[in-house]
Amino acid sequence: METALTDLWYGFTVAIEPQNLMYCFLGVLIGNMVGVLPGMGPLATISILLPLTFGIKPVGAILMLSGIFYGSQYGGAICSILLNLPCHPPHAVTCLDGFPMTKQGRGGVALGITVIGSFIGASWGITEMMFLAPLLVSVALKFGPAEVCSLMLLGLLAGSTLARGSPLKGVAMTVLGLIFGLVGSDLETGAERLTFGFTELSDGIELVALALGLFGIAEFMNSVNQASPVNATYSNVKLKDMRPSWAEFKWAFPAMIRGTIVGSLCSLIPGTGPTIASFVAYATEKKLAKNPQDFGKGEIRGVAAPEASTHSSVQGDFIPTMSLGIPGDAVMALLLGALMIQGIVPGPQLIKEHPDIFWGLIASFWIGNILLVLLNVPLIGIWVKMLMIPYRYLYPSALFFVCIGVYAANNDMFQVGEVILIGILGYVLMRLGFQPAPILLGFVLGPRFEENFRRAMLISRGDLMTFIEKPISAFFLALCVILIGAQIYFRLRPKRSGTAEPVAVSP
Amino acid sequence: MALERARRDADFFAHMFKHRRDFCAGGLMILFGLVAAVNGPGYHVGTLTRMGPGFMPTVLGVVLIILGVLIAGTATVEAAVEGEHDEHGDENLLPASPQWLAWLCILAGPFLFIVFGSIGGMAPGTFACVFVSGLGDRDMNWRRALILATVVTVFGVGLFHYLLQIPMPVLEWKSPMQVWWR
Repeated sequence: METALTDLWYGFTVAIEPQNLMYCFLGVLIGNMVGVLPGMGPLATISILLPLTFGIKPVGAILMLSGIFYGSQYGGAICSILLNLPCHPPHAVTCLDGFPMTKQGRGGVALGITVIGSFIGASWGITEMMFLAPLLVSVALKFGPAEVCSLMLLGLLAGSTLARGSPLKGVAMTVLGLIFGLVGSDLETGAERLTFGFTELSDGIELVALALGLFGIAEFMNSVNQASPVNATYSNVKLKDMRPSWAEFKWAFPAMIRGTIVGSLCSLIPGTGPTIASFVAYATEKKLAKNPQDFGKGEIRGVAAPEASTHSSVQGDFIPTMSLGIPGDAVMALLLGALMIQGIVPGPQLIKEHPDIFWGLIASFWIGNILLVLLNVPLIGIWVKMLMIPYRYLYPSALFFVCIGVYAANNDMFQVGEVILIGILGYVLMRLGFQPAPILLGFVLGPRFEENFRRAMLISRGDLMTFIEKPISAFFLALCVILIGAQIYFRLRPKRSGTAEPVAVSP
Repeated sequence: MALERARRDADFFAHMFKHRRDFCAGGLMILFGLVAAVNGPGYHVGTLTRMGPGFMPTVLGVVLIILGVLIAGTATVEAAVEGEHDEHGDENLLPASPQWLAWLCILAGPFLFIVFGSIGGMAPGTFACVFVSGLGDRDMNWRRALILATVVTVFGVGLFHYLLQIPMPVLEWKSPMQVWWR
């Protein structure tokens, strides 16, 4: 308890350093600005802005990236409440009541409640991370390669089967990502694998090229000339509209608390990211309410609960990412990949070896969330204007950012060629009903999975039973089996109407 | 009798064809799996205790092939059962209105960035990329694209060359021979 507070204090001294504070501020500002643009979800936003952080020291870079992340997330909320366009799956629920509120002229209040709700949710998530992460690390430091392997397997399975779409296809995407991760020189022997004679590939496929191909180019190909004209008749929000009345706040507050709890519970289950958390929070709120008929018609609680839940679960997702080095979804994988580009090895040793990164990050979450509140109140007018930027100006400019960003990763034009090919592949995969996000998960975890698997096999002298004989590893594997079993069960069970889960509205 | 059977078969294949998206999906995965699994053994597989570099590619390739077969297989089963299986309701391989021109423009953008960026530097590369990719949108005319490309070029060079100092010359001339025939 006390150590956590002294460490937190240390974190604040790191985060408050003028340079780091500036990066955090820049991250939140730019992330919010790009995230508000219709069609730019957090994944696209982070991948496009990732190259901006290459020249920065690791601490500043990760502070800026996480700032970009929640800035873009909040920007997405603006876009979904005012335009009914969810660019990020968790916001699909926010639209249900957020857009009706906008139609009633209460869009400003919805945004204000979102700010408060996400701040409460995030604060709780951060507190959780402060105390849980060191605890998790002290356990994880005892893990041998076998345990790490099983844990990674669990993370990969959870991340791919619990996401949107068919679980089978999700797993296939993860395996494809693992294979992509193999491309390049082998870590131990230096042998070149799957490079097909391209010396440029011997360092592996570039993370930035992969992310920008899948979430940039493929996404543009998907949405060009498809977007319905933006309906901006209602989105005239002014500063003074944003403050909810005391009665509204009092009405929404319990929903925020409940949403926060739901979110933090969801984040404890591996693989259940913010999307599921927001759906569960909305469903809970509707079930508990005395006025379920008002939901979907502009009920303020229907905005407050999912937003609080999304943010608390997102912060919760940082716990395994930062303490175990195992990301729960593609966004976290991208952040972790960014750390790896900076030369930092993720895993349980991170807190000890780079306390400035870990505690600085936690402190910057708070600072960043406060900045988010402070920024959004005066700048809402500008954000609303940015919503009107037509797609025809947006995607060509974004394409330039893609090109220059990929080039800047290694100062090599070859990677720009890579991004074109990956973009085509990503679009084909999308058309075939795959969700490309798990590819990134497999790609980032792949090399470490192989390394640990090799080590585990070396220690056990090639005995695969070692994964079952070690109790912790066996526990993780059992969870994997349960996960797969549950998926098969739900798939084979005859579908009843009414039990169908709400299907995320894809943008 | 034979006629009826033929019709039944035809119906079955019609259903299967309707589910061709999953077939292609499975097929693509099998293809990727084959690439890894065929190349893997060439890198020395080794034993479980001492794994060579070829071990993982081979194993993962085989796993992906199995997954591909499963994906295509569930498509067959579902085609036979003919249930409402796809919630997305989008069975066609191509979207309702294929945007060949727009796709070409989007892909041509980065390609031209490579070409003009290599021989002319950042400014021509950026201009070509934004101008051509912009033409893909149906509301775009060449005048708008020209303005957009100019604005992005000025802004982009300012940000990336002067502020972030990415080592790419703004304007230069390298003969294409020098760049590609070395």
